[in-house]
Amino acid sequence: MITADGVTVRLGGRVLLDDVSITAPTGAVTGIVGPNGSGKTTLLRALVRAVPLAAGRVSVDGHDIRARSRRWIARRVAEVGQRAEPDPALRVVDEVALGGLAEHGPLRAGGAGQDDRVAGAIDAVGLTHRALDRLATLSGGELQRVALARAIAQNASHVLLDEPTNHLDIRHRLEIVALLGRIAPTVVVVLHDLELAAQVCDHVIVLHGGRVAGAGAQCDLLRPELLDPVYDVVTRRLVDGAGRSRFDFALPGPASVARTPSIRTPQTITQENP
Amino acid sequence: MTVRSTPAEVVASVRRSRRRSTTVVAALLAATGLAALAALAIGPVPIDPATVAGVLGDHLLGTGQGDWPASAEQIVWATRAPRVAMALVAGAVLAVAGVMLQALVRNSLADPYLLGLNSGASTGVALVVLVAGGGSALLFSGAALAGAIGAVLLVLLFAGVAHRRGPFRLVLAGLAVGYALNAATSFLVFSSDSPEAARSVLFWLLGSLATVQPLALAAASVAAVIGIAALVIIAPLTDALASGDDSARSAGIDPERTRIGLMVGVSAMVGVTVAAVGGVGFIGLVVPHLARRLVGGRHRAVIPVVALLGAILLLAADTVARTAFAPQEIPVGVITGVIGAPFLLLLLRQDSRA
Repeated sequence: MITADGVTVRLGGRVLLDDVSITAPTGAVTGIVGPNGSGKTTLLRALVRAVPLAAGRVSVDGHDIRARSRRWIARRVAEVGQRAEPDPALRVVDEVALGGLAEHGPLRAGGAGQDDRVAGAIDAVGLTHRALDRLATLSGGELQRVALARAIAQNASHVLLDEPTNHLDIRHRLEIVALLGRIAPTVVVVLHDLELAAQVCDHVIVLHGGRVAGAGAQCDLLRPELLDPVYDVVTRRLVDGAGRSRFDFALPGPASVARTPSIRTPQTITQENP
Repeated sequence: MTVRSTPAEVVASVRRSRRRSTTVVAALLAATGLAALAALAIGPVPIDPATVAGVLGDHLLGTGQGDWPASAEQIVWATRAPRVAMALVAGAVLAVAGVMLQALVRNSLADPYLLGLNSGASTGVALVVLVAGGGSALLFSGAALAGAIGAVLLVLLFAGVAHRRGPFRLVLAGLAVGYALNAATSFLVFSSDSPEAARSVLFWLLGSLATVQPLALAAASVAAVIGIAALVIIAPLTDALASGDDSARSAGIDPERTRIGLMVGVSAMVGVTVAAVGGVGFIGLVVPHLARRLVGGRHRAVIPVVALLGAILLLAADTVARTAFAPQEIPVGVITGVIGAPFLLLLLRQDSRA
């Protein structure tokens, strides 16, 4: 479990996070959503002490991380950033093997004892056929999957992911989504796509202007009453026959009122928003 | 290329590539030995390689005196061996420093002198020779070392280590300090009354292994062995840093502290070497590119290869420098530049095609 308690982050006179308190429980996927600049990435970074806190505290399994070493944190929390720019001269296996650094230390990291775990992590993200290739030859989507494989190889009980499906094609997006719930006991994921958040997250935190606008179970939270002011749009939430949430967004104003969803079959959709 | 479709095949391939790295290192060790043997044999007075091996065996392993003339022993052991040893040590140190700095500032055009080290050492030497009126070779080395360390401290100060702004500021500060110190050296040379002293400074600036001080050789050897061994041991830290600060932090490393620590360590190693041989360029820039082609980018595999290739390259360059226009010496920096520049262009051209 990761908790943030009254976390405030200031950078260059700007307040990026203002008194943010959240809990990411064990055994759940916690989603962080919100418009651009709402502080999602900063919050994720604050959870691993990658940004200095002006106030508040972050705890991992009840331990205040301020008092802990980088290695202590890395043994419990793996993070996958939005823009991974790994050394292009490394091969996929070399980069994924760095996941073992926190657990095994520099002397034994990347040794023969960890080969099976590294190969398994690469297989989990579907990159076995490229395992021995240099990172310079990989596409953006493949690099994203390499970063995920490294987090899997890190064997941490908490995994933080920033937009993990950003550069992925449909097939790999579905695979990563299916993997999210199994990657670690505690998963925190920043997502732009609300439908995806509704699909994969048990628990959602909505940020707006560096503050928590709402937090709770996704089905209770992702409603027009909350989303409209946060995103400054008109939202319609639709639940299809399979119980999946669909969102239809429009710009506020007279033109948007008449807009209707065009692709979905009306029989399978019940409109929640009157 | 074989298609690896199962994790077991990946594991087998990884193990094969580790064995390949070991084979490359073994082959390079043998090549280094042969190159040293050849360098000891080549010179104004050619010595039979068997005699060279005999003299080395006698001095290093105590295999006993052979029936070679005393003059041959004198030439091989007293005249050429210190110079060959210095070339091997300096080549290894400069090349390893190159690969380290390229990783630490994440720029494949970085070289060991990036942090103003060479410029600082030059200014130190110029001050001693031109202002204080010269002195022993040991004083030269001391002034160079003090200048190099002073320059690195200036760079770290200007880069604002405390502000933690990442590697780019270090590069900028290194460039600025380097230019300022080069200007100071040029001014000192220009304003000197003694053409002879100015000439000796210029010769030093280009790098030379002509006068090897036993103390400087010992210091550089110790720094090289300890430094390179430590860098191989902690190589995964360098891998993580080369992938960026976020990558390093995620792996449980403090990126700023680790980078500064490694930079100071590498600078000390280079400082001791530069103090002994002057500003030998291009080794640290060219060799890492070549080594990565042989064994990939993993630093545990690449550092030993870089060290051995650097040693061989500088030894070859120095052998050319002392024999090509004998009895006239060419500064070895001229040779490394002549070999290094086109070689680097060739590599860059091949890289852009790949």
